[in-house]
Amino acid sequence: MASPGVRVLLLLVLVSSAHGDASGINRTRGNRTLTPEEEEDSQQHHNNTKAFPVLSFNFEHVRKPFEISLWILLALLMKLGFHLIPRVSHIVPESCLLIVVGLLVGGVIKALDSDASDTNSSVPVLNTKLFFLYLLPPIILDAGYFLPIRHFTENLGTILMFAVVGTLWNAFFIGGMMYGVCQIEAAQLGDVDLLSCLLFGSIISAVDPVAVLAVFEEIHINELLYILVFGESLLNDAVTVVLYHLFEEFSHAGTVTITDAFLGVICFFVVSLGGVMIGLIYGIVGAFTSRFTLHSRVIEPLFVFLYSYMAYLSAEVFHLSGIMSLIACGVAMRPYVEANISHKSYTTIKYFMKMWSSVSETLIFIFLGVSTVAGPHVWNWTFVIFTVILCLVSRVLGVVGLTFIINKFRIVKLTKKDQFIVAYGGLRGAIAFSLGFLLTDTHMKTMFLTAIITVIFFTVFVQGMTIRPLVELLAVKKKKETKRSINEEIHTQFLDHLLTGIEDVCGHYGHHHWKDKLNRFNKTYVKKCLISGERSTEPQLISFYNKMELRQAMMLVESGSLAVLPSLTSMQNIQPRDTVKQRVIPSISKRREEEIRKMLRSNLQKTRQRLRSYSRHDLMMDPFEEDLSEVKFRKQRVEMGRRVRLTETHLNVHNSLSFKGMVSQMGYSMPLQGGERKENKQMKALKMWGFIMFIFS
Amino acid sequence: MGSRASTLLREEEIEEIKKETGFSHSQITRLYSRFTSLDKGENGTLSREDFQRIPELAINPLGDRIINAFFPEGEDQVNFRGFMRTLAHFRPIEDNEKNKNPPTSEPLNSRTNKLLFAFRLYDLDRDDKISRDELLQVLRMMVGVNISDEQLGSIADRTIQEADTNGDNSISFSEFIKVLEKVDVEQKMSIRFLH
Repeated sequence: MASPGVRVLLLLVLVSSAHGDASGINRTRGNRTLTPEEEEDSQQHHNNTKAFPVLSFNFEHVRKPFEISLWILLALLMKLGFHLIPRVSHIVPESCLLIVVGLLVGGVIKALDSDASDTNSSVPVLNTKLFFLYLLPPIILDAGYFLPIRHFTENLGTILMFAVVGTLWNAFFIGGMMYGVCQIEAAQLGDVDLLSCLLFGSIISAVDPVAVLAVFEEIHINELLYILVFGESLLNDAVTVVLYHLFEEFSHAGTVTITDAFLGVICFFVVSLGGVMIGLIYGIVGAFTSRFTLHSRVIEPLFVFLYSYMAYLSAEVFHLSGIMSLIACGVAMRPYVEANISHKSYTTIKYFMKMWSSVSETLIFIFLGVSTVAGPHVWNWTFVIFTVILCLVSRVLGVVGLTFIINKFRIVKLTKKDQFIVAYGGLRGAIAFSLGFLLTDTHMKTMFLTAIITVIFFTVFVQGMTIRPLVELLAVKKKKETKRSINEEIHTQFLDHLLTGIEDVCGHYGHHHWKDKLNRFNKTYVKKCLISGERSTEPQLISFYNKMELRQAMMLVESGSLAVLPSLTSMQNIQPRDTVKQRVIPSISKRREEEIRKMLRSNLQKTRQRLRSYSRHDLMMDPFEEDLSEVKFRKQRVEMGRRVRLTETHLNVHNSLSFKGMVSQMGYSMPLQGGERKENKQMKALKMWGFIMFIFS
Repeated sequence: MGSRASTLLREEEIEEIKKETGFSHSQITRLYSRFTSLDKGENGTLSREDFQRIPELAINPLGDRIINAFFPEGEDQVNFRGFMRTLAHFRPIEDNEKNKNPPTSEPLNSRTNKLLFAFRLYDLDRDDKISRDELLQVLRMMVGVNISDEQLGSIADRTIQEADTNGDNSISFSEFIKVLEKVDVEQKMSIRFLH
């Protein structure tokens, strides 16, 4: 199995060692199991007394990467495994299953290590640095980059209310009530002081984005509710950071003054706005960089990832809110980067982000399970039970109370059903655990950790499992699956302009007015700086339309319908009409032409290869790619066919000539197809092609 | 300043406008002060020039059409009543209104009436159909001058094909409603007036 090169190497080594040369050779062998004394020994013994180790075992050398890879592999195999058991994965959300796996793995490791001397170190725990620096950013970046901006900005007020006021309410309510509980004689918790309780409250009060994502993604709820809960979980990071640091400082200092409270408020603004600012700066710089990547397309995705990660780390340096910085960076960068980068880079970015965030999420839940088994636990019935109950109660009260106030300002009010889902979706997760882990080692820490883990388990298992049937039961609106149509885009823009105009007539500087101003500013100044080439002046409608057409053309090509392409000879049989007008093919920009050409060429070649065993039923289409399903696609083809028939009135057969022109332009020879295809299908495909090329012009 | 006694708002008028449009007292007075500030001629009506004096409306792509929507058929002046009637389309739909027994005529700010207002802005010749040309005009206004006619034409064609269900190559009002059924029109076409 060893390649010739390796054999030569071995031979060389053997020869050189036989000569028994100096220490230099020993080092080049790279045999690090030899300690310096042993090396000297072997030199002194000139001719080695023991045989040359042909096969040696050296694990320490690769221990760390090996373990990491093994963990990740295990996590992903588990993920695969769940989908093989359909019944279970339908009832139990993935996060629960992963935690259970983590528990099992942790149990196994602990059992294996129970006789070893050093029990703690070999059970890997979700240590804070690992979590905050490596596992959390990919998930947040994925969420922030693909955040539905329109819904987010429309509901920003509501989200902020829930995030800021809601979290504050939760923290103080839980903290205060727990202090009250601790005063009960029977609980033996008399030594837990108010500040510690408040600290605990601030840790446990925050809704966790990872858990929310994990659960909400599977239930496909409508966008409004999704963005409310998810947006809240993202934006409450600033509050959590401030409260946590505040109470931690105070619990050391011991007393709180009014100045401290005031400083805390200022700190909140600094943390949140500073985080956003840093994110915006990195985002703009990233967008600017992407302007120049024309000649190095391969590294484009890396820029997106690195700038975002740097934004996160820079914010963490100053103890600002890293999550908000990451979100701001992604949001700021996205429109400009997407206009600049190639289609392949866009796909790469999308899939890499999804991949990383998926791996991170899996690892987080498994580690949660493992850490539960590993960590020392102090179980105090009163404390834990009351924590769980108070979390639920405070969440419900908070949501109901805030909705009452918020509904006075909203156009579309939140119904009771919405409120229930928002309250029920307040899941706690790994962030709470990691923050708890960060606490200084007092004897209360273990008790807190136990309570935190219990709450996390409760929310993830009980609430996570029951939310799906509840959603069905309450008939909550689900997410609409279809992509935006050109009609919706046009009419929405139309309505935007209309509303802006009406607002101006009323003299009312509302939502639309500022949005319009921002768009105008964006169009005149920002786009010119950050987008390269002529895309900078392209109106939004046109780029939307082009994207849509590109997507449809690629769907058509990938499904192999272009196998119906006629041969050149049969095209000559088509009689051109007499009233043919010389239609000039409208010129398209060189870059666009190149892109289209490349894309068509690569896809058409693929088609040619696939043609050997082509039948529509054999065609392998990844059902998750582009939301494509056979039924939908057939519907689309019918539509396209209908459209082609309709456009026969607009485009006459002359299109076939332009098609021919295009074909010769591309230096292509179409594969000859068997005569089993009927003539009209050829015509249809021909016209479809003509239409597509026409669109691209 | 001239005698403006005849143009001051009387209580009966306020009541009538309230009944017709559903605005509250404070909203009506606030909008009346806006009306008078726009009315430079001080004759109790607004002309097209008064609207065109609003700076933001001049740069709005749909500015002219919006102005036209305020003026009833063939007239050049609009009084406060007409002003309010047009603005009533943009009042947010209240929850309690949904539960009330529907009045004899549908309130001006119902979803259908909002969409009808938007539809009329497309459909200039009032034939209850958005033809390809009308659509092209709107697209040209929104997109600017840099895009070629052919590109716009293909977008218009695509739009009509997507929406057209009865094959008449234009968008009727019912087709218009159907296309926008996923868009949250109640939120999109409402302005949060001060309470």
